[in-house]
Amino acid sequence: MSPVIRIHPAEDFKARSRGVLNDPGQRKNFRGAMDFLQAKRSAQFPDQDELASLRELGATIRRYSLAHLPQLLEQLETNLRANGVQVHWAQNAVDANAIALGIAHRVEAQRIIKGKSMVSEEIEFNHAMEAAGIEAFESDMGEYIVQLADEKPSHIIMPAIHKTKQEIAKLFADKIPGVDYTEDVDALIQIGRQVLRRKFAQADIGLSGVNFAVAETGSLCLIENEGNGRMCTTVPRVHIAITGIEKVVQKLEHVPPLLSLLTRSATGQPITTYVNLISGPRKADEKDGPEEVHLILLDNGRTQAYADEQLRATLQCIRCGACMNHCPVYARIGGHAYGTTYPGPIGAIISPHLLGLESTYPLAFASTLCGACAEVCPVKIPIPDLLVRLRNEAQARPDSAEATLRGSGAARTPLISLVWRFWSLIYSRLGLYRLTSWFMSRGRALSPTEQGAWTRSRTPLIPAPKRLRDLLKERNQ
Amino acid sequence: MSARESILGRLRATSITTPVPLPDVGGWYAARQRQEDLPQRIHRLRSALEAVHTEVHDTTEADWPALLARLAAAKGLRTLLIGDRTAHGAVLEASQPQGLQLLSYAQAIDSWRDALFDDIDASLTQARSAIAETGSLVLWPSAAEPRTMSLVPPVHFVLLDVARIHADFHAAMRAEGWAQGLPTNALLISGPSKTADIQQTLAYGAHGPRELVVLLRHAPGAAA
Repeated sequence: MSPVIRIHPAEDFKARSRGVLNDPGQRKNFRGAMDFLQAKRSAQFPDQDELASLRELGATIRRYSLAHLPQLLEQLETNLRANGVQVHWAQNAVDANAIALGIAHRVEAQRIIKGKSMVSEEIEFNHAMEAAGIEAFESDMGEYIVQLADEKPSHIIMPAIHKTKQEIAKLFADKIPGVDYTEDVDALIQIGRQVLRRKFAQADIGLSGVNFAVAETGSLCLIENEGNGRMCTTVPRVHIAITGIEKVVQKLEHVPPLLSLLTRSATGQPITTYVNLISGPRKADEKDGPEEVHLILLDNGRTQAYADEQLRATLQCIRCGACMNHCPVYARIGGHAYGTTYPGPIGAIISPHLLGLESTYPLAFASTLCGACAEVCPVKIPIPDLLVRLRNEAQARPDSAEATLRGSGAARTPLISLVWRFWSLIYSRLGLYRLTSWFMSRGRALSPTEQGAWTRSRTPLIPAPKRLRDLLKERNQ
Repeated sequence: MSARESILGRLRATSITTPVPLPDVGGWYAARQRQEDLPQRIHRLRSALEAVHTEVHDTTEADWPALLARLAAAKGLRTLLIGDRTAHGAVLEASQPQGLQLLSYAQAIDSWRDALFDDIDASLTQARSAIAETGSLVLWPSAAEPRTMSLVPPVHFVLLDVARIHADFHAAMRAEGWAQGLPTNALLISGPSKTADIQQTLAYGAHGPRELVVLLRHAPGAAA
């Protein structure tokens, strides 16, 4: 197959961020959407004690699952196979697309209808299918809008959050034959419904993600509100599910607490309209459901995070998006600025494993470390700690013990290294420290007025006239 | 080496230094168990369902076919899909609802996919049970009542016996022994299909049913 993986590195992150910051319309869309989602979540957790204990339970379930990950994956595979589901393993995006293409060619598929799946975005599934002459059609309303506009999702839960209804009205009128301009949201949804119903009925393969894979029963749990996920996993004759290897839990009873945390944190709903638990293809006497069900288990860099005790927490994520909904940076620059499949705080900590630090390290620096993400994370991922760790990795000397990741040391420059070497020299020698600080305070008038990025939007940094040491001496006299 | 062996090999090469105990999910739910009687539980279920635009009607073993016929007439429905040889389907057929054509899901979907998508106004299925906490109907589709019955027709009627309402999802799966055996597809349905993907504006009837109608069947003698 042709290598059609289009990685969108975070190198132009700053330029894109500046673009959004100067676009009042986009800023208003994001601010409004974030306020809406924050209020919805908050209303779902009136009892702080219940929230605290449920988060603790959710975090324990995720940590337990990761601690037993290789065994659970094998148990999942055994039980899925016993249920008649075919299990495939993919090291990277190219492998995963090749597996899906292999299935598509074998069943002579022309059309694939897709439920919402961030992993399929991660592997650029649509482009890989297109290159092979197979139509891959998005059926989640938000994803459908984004695909129609030839864009990428700007949020992991609400893909078209950056668009106004006026923009969508224009898009539908321009791109869908026979559709007149209407800003009525109900009418727009009904237009989408009519287009997509035909697609469901005609598709050869349905593709979906997975929210939780249950090892003990060999089941795939999918949640959604629209019903398109159920359509994709029920109507076409083949269902392919794709997921990261971290999504497995051991017991079925681990699902209810995680499900409750997920829907309440994500969209502020007690539960989604549909919870779809799939444990096998159509049986001989059944009248619908796919004849074949496949699961593709994708690594794509996740094992790198797994190998590190601290970074393993990244894989606890259940993809609710609450971290981005509460992030002051995401709220201002939106999802596209990040340039990665997963934006926001979770994107900053997962993307370096998927793509390497070389192209993603700027994301770890785009944080005030305010801690809002960690405070709302339903499975208690210490996101700011992980951001700091990734910053250190990005600055580490590539041949040192601190450099453990793909692309470690990518942010290192001779000037910054020199500055830190001096800093460390001064701060580890008392006499030198006293001497330097004496000169700094006395020579403050010589401070430069141009201090690079700092003075672009702030007044210059000038050392205090008296050192803390001098002040204490005066006070104690 | 295969992808499987490489991935598992990398995972196994990592030693987990801090052991994590098996989470006590049962204990968490037991500590939060509500003391509630059946009317309270019905009330919780109804409130949660109605909060997401679901119609809930009280009825009895004897009256539900007439209620269904009235509701169908009021909604202008002409065709109703029922399961293949189900007890409640037979009861409905025997009641001969006026102006409502009953069709049974007798053939596999492959032979009448377009008709299922285009020609059916509504469907009737039975719920296995329900969950008060989240306002969810539990459906285990079967050969008699396949998966698409609760998905494709624009209006979905569901029969639910009030004795089958559980407090929460965990209680439901524990009481019904889900971990010991699941059907090919198990579903929780909490309202009609919906989306807020256009400017966070809620719209019903995205891809699944636009309307969900619950016929809450009370035991004989109980107040309906």
